[in-house]
Amino acid sequence: MPGSNHYDTIVVGGGHNGLTCAAYLAKAGKRVVVLERRHVLGGAAVSEEVFPGFTYSVCSYVVSLLRPWIIRDLELARFGLELIPLESSFLPLPDGDSLCRWSDGARTRDEVSRFSPRDAETLAEFSRAMGRIGRFVRPIIDAPAPEPMSLKPADLIGLLRLGRHFQDAPVDEMELRLKLLTMSAVDFLDEWFESDVLKAPMSVSGIIGTFLGVRSPGTAYVLLHHYMGEIDGAFRSWGFSRGGTGGVSNAIAASARHFGAEIRTEAPVQRIALRGGAACGVVLESGEEITAGEVVSGCDPRLTFQRFVGEEHLPDDFVAAIRRYRFRGSSGKVNLALDALPEFACRPGAEHLRGDIAIAPSIDALERAYDEAKYGTFSSRPYINIVLPSLVDPTVAPAGKHVMSCFVQYAPYEITGGAARWPEEREAFGDAVVDTIAEYVPNIRDLILHRQVITPWDLEQEFGLSEGNIFHGELTLDQLAFARPANGWARYRTPIRGLWLAGSGAHPGGGIMGSPGALCAREMLGRRAR
Amino acid sequence: MPRPTPFHPRTRELCTSLSYKEWAGYHAVCRFDVYHDREYYALRNQATVMDATPLYKLDVRGPNALDLVNRVAVRGFDRHAVGRVSYVVWCDDAGKVLDDGTITRLAEDHFRVTSAEPALGWFQRNARGLDVTLRDCTDRIGALALQGPLARDVLHALAGSAFDDLRFFRARTEAIRLGTSSVPLLVTRTGYTGDLGFELWIENEHALALYDALLEAGKPYGLLPMGLDALDVSRVEAGFLLAGVDYTSARHALIERQTSSPFELSFDWMVQLDREPFVGQAALRRELERGVSKRFVGLEVDWNDFEAIYESFRLVPHLETATCRLGVPLYRGGRQIGYATSRTWSPLLKRYLALATVDASCAGLGTELEIEVTCEYERHRARARVTETPFFDPERKKA
Repeated sequence: MPGSNHYDTIVVGGGHNGLTCAAYLAKAGKRVVVLERRHVLGGAAVSEEVFPGFTYSVCSYVVSLLRPWIIRDLELARFGLELIPLESSFLPLPDGDSLCRWSDGARTRDEVSRFSPRDAETLAEFSRAMGRIGRFVRPIIDAPAPEPMSLKPADLIGLLRLGRHFQDAPVDEMELRLKLLTMSAVDFLDEWFESDVLKAPMSVSGIIGTFLGVRSPGTAYVLLHHYMGEIDGAFRSWGFSRGGTGGVSNAIAASARHFGAEIRTEAPVQRIALRGGAACGVVLESGEEITAGEVVSGCDPRLTFQRFVGEEHLPDDFVAAIRRYRFRGSSGKVNLALDALPEFACRPGAEHLRGDIAIAPSIDALERAYDEAKYGTFSSRPYINIVLPSLVDPTVAPAGKHVMSCFVQYAPYEITGGAARWPEEREAFGDAVVDTIAEYVPNIRDLILHRQVITPWDLEQEFGLSEGNIFHGELTLDQLAFARPANGWARYRTPIRGLWLAGSGAHPGGGIMGSPGALCAREMLGRRAR
Repeated sequence: MPRPTPFHPRTRELCTSLSYKEWAGYHAVCRFDVYHDREYYALRNQATVMDATPLYKLDVRGPNALDLVNRVAVRGFDRHAVGRVSYVVWCDDAGKVLDDGTITRLAEDHFRVTSAEPALGWFQRNARGLDVTLRDCTDRIGALALQGPLARDVLHALAGSAFDDLRFFRARTEAIRLGTSSVPLLVTRTGYTGDLGFELWIENEHALALYDALLEAGKPYGLLPMGLDALDVSRVEAGFLLAGVDYTSARHALIERQTSSPFELSFDWMVQLDREPFVGQAALRRELERGVSKRFVGLEVDWNDFEAIYESFRLVPHLETATCRLGVPLYRGGRQIGYATSRTWSPLLKRYLALATVDASCAGLGTELEIEVTCEYERHRARARVTETPFFDPERKKA
């Protein structure tokens, strides 16, 4: 029925998960429309030419765990997806020294042994242990969350199988898992390594996107994500997408369109329409009504339930759970257009700049950065994760010029005086970032042609990320698996019949993974998990 | 002992891994760094330059040049205008493939043949009564494969607009400036990677100047030198067969079952039977009447099956990142129906790909087969499906 305003499914939000869900549904023959508020697709996985000639990956800047089976199912390579792995991890140090970890193990060993020969030797053991653990986590992120409260036979069998998968391991591995689930990133690393220079940049994996410090319990778990390297090996599971992270979204969108999905931009949804307690469509801000058998939200749980549905339509215990669900954005982003390649005083050259660069001089410095944030200010010397995508993907900047993407933590959503004060603090925050970088790249200020500063407030206002949380809610253990976003509602279903949640606020969570969107579509289609 | 190519003085400095192999009597770089993946990703995202000098190059000139290529190749060249390049195979009298390569019409009476093995002798044997001059120029001409999505930008930075409009499988010679001299450069819009790309052919004496100028021109585009390992992954993604790996030249086959006809290599589109006589024509006609018994196909290995085999050992799947050239048997209905000759994990497609030869009855697209998988020294089988090639076919290749 072309031209008709009725669909099988409406997807609210054209982020990468919403698009993934739409592509799977369209591939299964459903009539699907995706409604995106902004003029570009991708949500937080978006590329925009903010300054002429320079394409910024405005928010998300690396592709971590985009599931290979999604790339295969949706034929994303055919639709333009090309991922380029990060080649190294560089840590400049304030004393003029530096450490670079390479995908070449022998070379990394040489670098690390300058600081600790013992750690250099332990590194391989550590990788092996984490690799074994990674094998055990993979089935969890590639399938809907287990439902420990359910008595349905299928759920019980699934739980049993998972239980066996957990149990079927040597004692040392069980112990390691327990530690990963409970310890802080620093305590966990202390059990393996002695050198702060190695531990500091490794520990930050435990805090990204979370309002916790590297010494806060529970942060060890997130380290694991770094070791879930796919077949391509350790570093190579982290990569750039050609054309910026928007390249991922655009490829998924092209695939969705190929399978017949309709995608509309600049179509902001005002509310999800209900009839008899079930979702029956949406009302756009323009007043336009679109009806559908089912509605999928790719937005975060707060936006979905509090804004689009309305608490009055939801059961009290669920409302309470969603209110308790923590967002607490803790990071910001600074994007720079550079006239030339920055030169790090401690190690000139470009070879070590092709991966990521961590400004994480010591564990104490990281913890101090957290201390400031705890009491309502952004870190004066934040942890910064820098990438220069233009070095490996020359399409994002004019020849010879570069894009510098800086992920910055901590920038707490709730700053002293309230989150709405962020616009006043924005440039000061940007200055703190540039000042920090200038300690390592003395002439950075002379190279900057354009600067874009994104605070948690901007992430909320412009990108619809509640409290500026980049993962649609913190990735802490109490908010993962069967508890994401609320106990009993981890299977993409919601208390509203016909309304589904497919964003990063659903299992298995955030990052450019695509799993929530794909797994949601599979649940909707009544297919067995893989 | 292998000889150095004219580019060797430069590649030797860049090849920090010291990883070389012998290719047609020359030193050839396998990978410049300890891993080849950086070169692979540069190929698919930026641009790479590979020394392709060891390809045999034969010049066929004279009033009967056209007649000779028509007589040797399985396709005719009457309608091939000057500046056109064609991929082609040639056969022996039994209609079995001797070699594959390209033939470029450089002038009305001048063709250049590239091949994996020396072709001079074979062309000479078939030139009886024809007024042609044959000359092997392998040792006089250096070849560089400039490939990747930004290859055209790099070529533009090197040579201005001279080759901007060069179309797919076309060739052109233009004078370019290298240092203070003006040098003729032959460029063909060809390659073995399945990507946008060019091959540059230059007299040895200017080879180093070209290499230096190219690397300089490519700097802003992330141009990297590439070796054979990355090439081997990309050519499987492109579905290109390799002589000596995916088929045996009739010249080397010890028994008939080792040989392949063009039809058996699935080159039906290439063979033009209805024209003047050419070597192998009668045998190929007979083969078509009899029916083609085996076919060259692309396969995709079922990843879930593959993963399950490893999971049964409590392992995550492990594959070499380079193309594996160890042949393995293929089965259908419990019976062996063929063999896979090249297997590679495609980092781009996230698929485990193979090139294979199977019974003609199993060659239909979508046919499900089983491939042998060895895990922990135990033999297992995973499902594999006959898949269309090229596995990866970006629009930019022909754009």
